[in-house]
Amino acid sequence: MGQDPLFLGHISIGVVLIVIVKVLVAFVALMVSVMLMIWFERKLISDMQNRIGPNRAGPFGILQTLADGIKLFFKEDLIPDRSERFVFKLAPYLTLVPAFLIFTVVPIGGVVHIFGHTVELQVADPPMGILFVLAMSSVAVYGTMLAGWSSGSKYPLIGSVRASAQMISYEAAMGLTVATVVLVTGSLGTRDIVAAQAGSYFGFIPKWNLIRLGVVPFIIFLIAVTAELNRPPFDLTEAEQELVGGFHTEYSSIRFALFFLAEFMNTITMSAVIVTLFLGGPNGPILFGPSFIWPIIWFLLKTGVFLFAYVWFRAALPRLRYDQLMDLGWKVLIPISLAWLLLVGAMQISKVYGFVLFAVFIVAGGALLRAVAVGKESNEVDIVTTFRQESPRRGSLGGDQ
Amino acid sequence: MGVFDGFKGFKVTFKQISEPRVTKQYPEEKRPKPQRFHGRHVLNRYEDGMEKCIGCELCAGVCPVGCIYVRGADNSLDDPVSPGERYGFVYEINYLRCIHCDLCVEACPTEAITESKLFEFSFTSRDDAIYTKSELVVDDDGTPRKMPWEDWHEGDELATSGWMRATSPSGDNDFEGVVHWSNELGFGTRDPENGQSVDERVDVENPFSIRVVKADRISRQSGGKVR
Amino acid sequence: MGSLLLGVIAKPDLIVFLAAALVVVAGGIGVISYRNPVHSALSLVMTMFGIATLFIEQNAQFLAAVQIIVYAGAIVVLFLFVIMLLGVDRAEVFSRERIRAQRPLAAVAGVVTLGEILILGHATWATGAKAATGPVGNSSDNVFKIAQVVFSTYLLPFEATAILLVIAVLSAVYLSKRVVVNVDEALEAPLEVASSSDEESFDEVTTPKTSSENDDEVYEV
Repeated sequence: MGQDPLFLGHISIGVVLIVIVKVLVAFVALMVSVMLMIWFERKLISDMQNRIGPNRAGPFGILQTLADGIKLFFKEDLIPDRSERFVFKLAPYLTLVPAFLIFTVVPIGGVVHIFGHTVELQVADPPMGILFVLAMSSVAVYGTMLAGWSSGSKYPLIGSVRASAQMISYEAAMGLTVATVVLVTGSLGTRDIVAAQAGSYFGFIPKWNLIRLGVVPFIIFLIAVTAELNRPPFDLTEAEQELVGGFHTEYSSIRFALFFLAEFMNTITMSAVIVTLFLGGPNGPILFGPSFIWPIIWFLLKTGVFLFAYVWFRAALPRLRYDQLMDLGWKVLIPISLAWLLLVGAMQISKVYGFVLFAVFIVAGGALLRAVAVGKESNEVDIVTTFRQESPRRGSLGGDQ
Repeated sequence: MGVFDGFKGFKVTFKQISEPRVTKQYPEEKRPKPQRFHGRHVLNRYEDGMEKCIGCELCAGVCPVGCIYVRGADNSLDDPVSPGERYGFVYEINYLRCIHCDLCVEACPTEAITESKLFEFSFTSRDDAIYTKSELVVDDDGTPRKMPWEDWHEGDELATSGWMRATSPSGDNDFEGVVHWSNELGFGTRDPENGQSVDERVDVENPFSIRVVKADRISRQSGGKVR
Repeated sequence: MGSLLLGVIAKPDLIVFLAAALVVVAGGIGVISYRNPVHSALSLVMTMFGIATLFIEQNAQFLAAVQIIVYAGAIVVLFLFVIMLLGVDRAEVFSRERIRAQRPLAAVAGVVTLGEILILGHATWATGAKAATGPVGNSSDNVFKIAQVVFSTYLLPFEATAILLVIAVLSAVYLSKRVVVNVDEALEAPLEVASSSDEESFDEVTTPKTSSENDDEVYEV
């Protein structure tokens, strides 16, 4: 468990070459898929809005992203005078590199045999794979924060503080949901998580964590990841201040392109992580033809469903205000994910514990909601009495003193 | 307000994928322009070829961006350009400034300046942007002159003259059945618009015309000299 | 020399250790030597990554990941929040120090500490008591061992730390809660605006005098 079969035994030149090839393939595949994802999003959003979208650059506008990239490349690269130069130049890379790195632990397919070596179709399979994903999304916060601060002006600073506060708030809910998955799986490695979801109930309902854990951790993780990526409906930081720009106001040309690229790359990667954690990754029935193709196809289909879902969110949902966003993260998602973690833990011990705990939660949750409502009422009463006392005293302001 | 009200938005957007798109592939397909579309201006002439512009400079005065330059000159007695004492000797519109508000069209007392529906006229030099009188005045057929960089489409030049005013100079708001535009060179009287009807025969005598032209379409019928 | 190099290349452990140690030491030196606090914080992040690499080399992958998540991903982020929002990111002036002989004393203390570490390390710590014993066969044992130890041997420190964190959260909520001013009594008592700002030197940060004077009368929570 948790050992990459490639590294068992002697590390030969073949192993090194295979690793290098895997890295290169992953890099190229990720860049190309980012381009396709941007095109897909623009086309799909246009379809949902009764318009056509880009259709001039290349057939069906597929090369539009490339054209935009080339245009951005030729723009003037402005570095503001009052900015902190080194950090200003560093910040886009701090967002971009973790996006690449998260993808390295995602299992794309099964196991193939090349030249006598057993190769897993993922770039790396560290024993704490899923923790690595959490670590990299924590590091991605730095890019946002430093970008705004190093721009040297007020709007980006405020925008970036808001964005990074949003990201770290939702990381807690993400971590708790991941803990729920790991609890059931018993291992932190991504391949083990995927392997634990193999098989099916009654022959046709797959044993995905989506179903095994109840739907709640999946929904919480989906919402938390959407907020973590600054995607609509949580894209307040890059859209409300779109008039000013948010944390990437002062960035132009290739640096802005890197931020943009990083955002879409993160979207694809986190969709892949959702698929790994909750939908069984590349698991799926192997139909006709060569057997190593089918896990890849299933993985791509499942990730495609989530990419469609993200674009659908963008088209259908209005944006959340900042305080609503923070309320959702701290007051709703964290308690529910914590409670569900305890529930799943209790279920692991025995079903009886699980149901008893569930009943306790319902009672406690009801009591908590009632307490919060009572607290709100009493707060309003205080304000009302204070304001009422204020008015008769106004005339004596000049008299007493 | 149910818990699942938010999902109605999802259903709507998903259904829209199968709906037809409303985008027109410009420049291959173009939408038909509305009847009173504001485009490039033209200087009109009467049926006998006389110019309607009398050089009063009201259009230049009302223009909010100051893009019109008019200088009037006295009509010579034996060879008048316009029916009046003066005519527009210099008339220039700078299209780098024009905002197509059509205040000039409203201000003109003789319906000399009106707008066609052309807006695809991107010039490539600042000199080309300043349209002089010779470029703005309609030609002998009553059609606007077409510059080489302009992209005229069918219907752009119709109904350039005879701007339909909402309020008449005589103060009568009710225009039902009353033609209040002068005939234009080569195009005749405009058709009534929606909600209007014409009772009188308007091709013989226009009761509100600013100038009654004795001879009809000298330029075409008699081959006479037209300025 | 060539055989030394070859000896080094043949041991990937050594290469990784040297590289990570270099990163850690460079980051540490960077923390204390940069003028700009944000650069110091970023050097701290670099140190954290180096430490995480060293943990991985010791087959403690869980600790490495948690180091990044907690330290580099949360604690240094909070450092940076404070630095950015309080605007202390301008370069400090080091020319005037208030405690005399601070630098020579610091050097002496550093040398003494280094000597202690070397002596004790040689004698006791290198093969000293371990926190959790047991064979670390494959790396999923990491989590298992840590969990076993935390919930049995070190349960009291664990719970105490949890209570400490809850105290911190509660006090933050309390301190930042909006106060409702009772206007009647505020009008009775003479308002004393914080007028002692003349006496304090401009170097210290003036904390807002929230509850010092009119403690019981003015503020109602």
